[in-house]
Amino acid sequence: MTEPGRLTRDDVAHVASLARLHLSDEELDLFTGQLAEVLDHASDVASLDLAGVAPTAHAMAVVNVLRPDEVRPGMDREEVLAQAPSVEDHRFRVPRILGEAP
Amino acid sequence: MTTRSPAAEQAAMVRAGEWSAVDVLEQHLAAIEAGDEAIHAFNLVTADEARAQARAVDRKVADGGDPGLLAGVPVALKDNLCTRGVPTTCSSRILEGWKPPYDATVVTRLAEAGALLVGKTNMDEFAMGSSTETSAFGPTRNPHDTGRVPGGSSGGSAAAVAAGFAPLALGSDTGGSIRQPAALCGVVGMKPTYGTVSRYGLVAFASSLDQIGPFATSVADAALLFDVIGGHDPLDSTSLNRPTPRVLSVIDDGVDGLTVGVLTEFLDGAAPDVADRVHQAAEALAAAGARVEEVSVPEVTLGLSAYYLIAPGEASSNLARYDGVRYGLRVDAEDTVAMNTATRSAGFGDEVKRRIMLGTYVLSAGYVDAYYNQALRVRTKIIDGFAAAYRHCDVLLGPTAPTTAFALGAKTGDPLTMYLSDVCTIPSNLAGHPAISIPFGAGDDGLPVGVQLLGPALSEGTVLKVAAALEAAAPLLAPPAPAPGPAEGVAT
Repeated sequence: MTEPGRLTRDDVAHVASLARLHLSDEELDLFTGQLAEVLDHASDVASLDLAGVAPTAHAMAVVNVLRPDEVRPGMDREEVLAQAPSVEDHRFRVPRILGEAP
Repeated sequence: MTTRSPAAEQAAMVRAGEWSAVDVLEQHLAAIEAGDEAIHAFNLVTADEARAQARAVDRKVADGGDPGLLAGVPVALKDNLCTRGVPTTCSSRILEGWKPPYDATVVTRLAEAGALLVGKTNMDEFAMGSSTETSAFGPTRNPHDTGRVPGGSSGGSAAAVAAGFAPLALGSDTGGSIRQPAALCGVVGMKPTYGTVSRYGLVAFASSLDQIGPFATSVADAALLFDVIGGHDPLDSTSLNRPTPRVLSVIDDGVDGLTVGVLTEFLDGAAPDVADRVHQAAEALAAAGARVEEVSVPEVTLGLSAYYLIAPGEASSNLARYDGVRYGLRVDAEDTVAMNTATRSAGFGDEVKRRIMLGTYVLSAGYVDAYYNQALRVRTKIIDGFAAAYRHCDVLLGPTAPTTAFALGAKTGDPLTMYLSDVCTIPSNLAGHPAISIPFGAGDDGLPVGVQLLGPALSEGTVLKVAAALEAAAPLLAPPAPAPGPAEGVAT
């Protein structure tokens, strides 16, 4: 396994945009240093030769969890919608989603 | 051996009609009123709701009905457990004011058992932290010394029990978030086997690691609370569909014939005063009849690195749901992506942002093999390492945290140093195993030391049995002052 290079400011700016976070210049500087330090610490893991070791995503994995296909009451619609920032006609309302004016 | 079980005794008196649930509740509400300004264990005290629950318990007792195992016992809930119609914030601005439209399964089970739900406790934001200082609503303080942290992330629940605000509390433990604050606050805290307690209604942080568990002032009370909240739940597809160990009945069985392994890797990084207490605990177990030996599980030293790749990876996915659309904060902007970004940037604190970015990075193309998938292979190695130790040991013993409670602000500027607080607790989460922290005397600074017992999957009965023996031998620890004065120096 080859070790990745050290985390850069551009990497952090890129993942911030993927994660829908806006960072100020100061935050970018601060987080780049802090995250690089954590990843440096993780180099003990990244540098191990673990070929042939199966990955574990779940320590107590249970599979094919089924339940009877019965009609049951769901959550109360009004109670759910009452928590939304904006609602119209019993739907969640969001700002426009395309690049053009509506 | 006689076990101390204050919550069970309280419930027994309420059930017998010797003490009304309303009186029990008012005593605790008065303690909260007098003491919580200095501690800030609670984000919200639900006095009115708890009073209604107390009256219902007393009515049931008067009518000759069964009010439940926890009749009239106040229980504090970590603020990441959903309570229908009652704000659930995860100590984050992004969920401030949110009222869940459903109860967590553990909340339903507590209510059915007659517990009085007294409030929602402060925590590190989204359970990400080891000191309760990343809360958006200000830190919780350690009842033993208000200049120190209570640990985290379930610091509010640990402090509430330590301060006598409630005899029982629930927390969640993803990398030590029950056990480490229990150790720093001098109370009992257990992370059960993954899948034994339903996660339905626990706001997700890292779904393969998160587990709900009890805080209590005694091992017997922790066992009682685990018995009430545990068991299969069809609403959580990771819930184990098999009989949950019923543990309260076995904890007094003693440790004769059991083998306890003292985990050398955990002692290596511990402060000398903490290590001394672990050795003393080992001697106490040997005196009680257990076979005690040193054990090495070298793989656990990789746990911290693996955890800080896996948990942020899962968190970055779980926290994608906070988009300003269906609940919680929205910061308006001209289009939806800009609204999502503005909402998340304003609603999440720095530690949550760090973990989301770290997780996004280790899952991104080009890095997922080097980091995330590699960490999953280390997880396998850790599980194998534990399995080898458990071939000849019934339980393992070590410190819960490397040090006693540290000062507020001591580690907030250096995330990696803060992460190192979890070095002894993380391996059990990666393996899905049960582990418990028990108060065992004090360090050189007079603050509580917690020792940790670890066992293989579904060994809660054995772990609690050994814990009860340790509790019986534990050096006395001075309780915190009942109503500490306001702390100085650090703004809340």
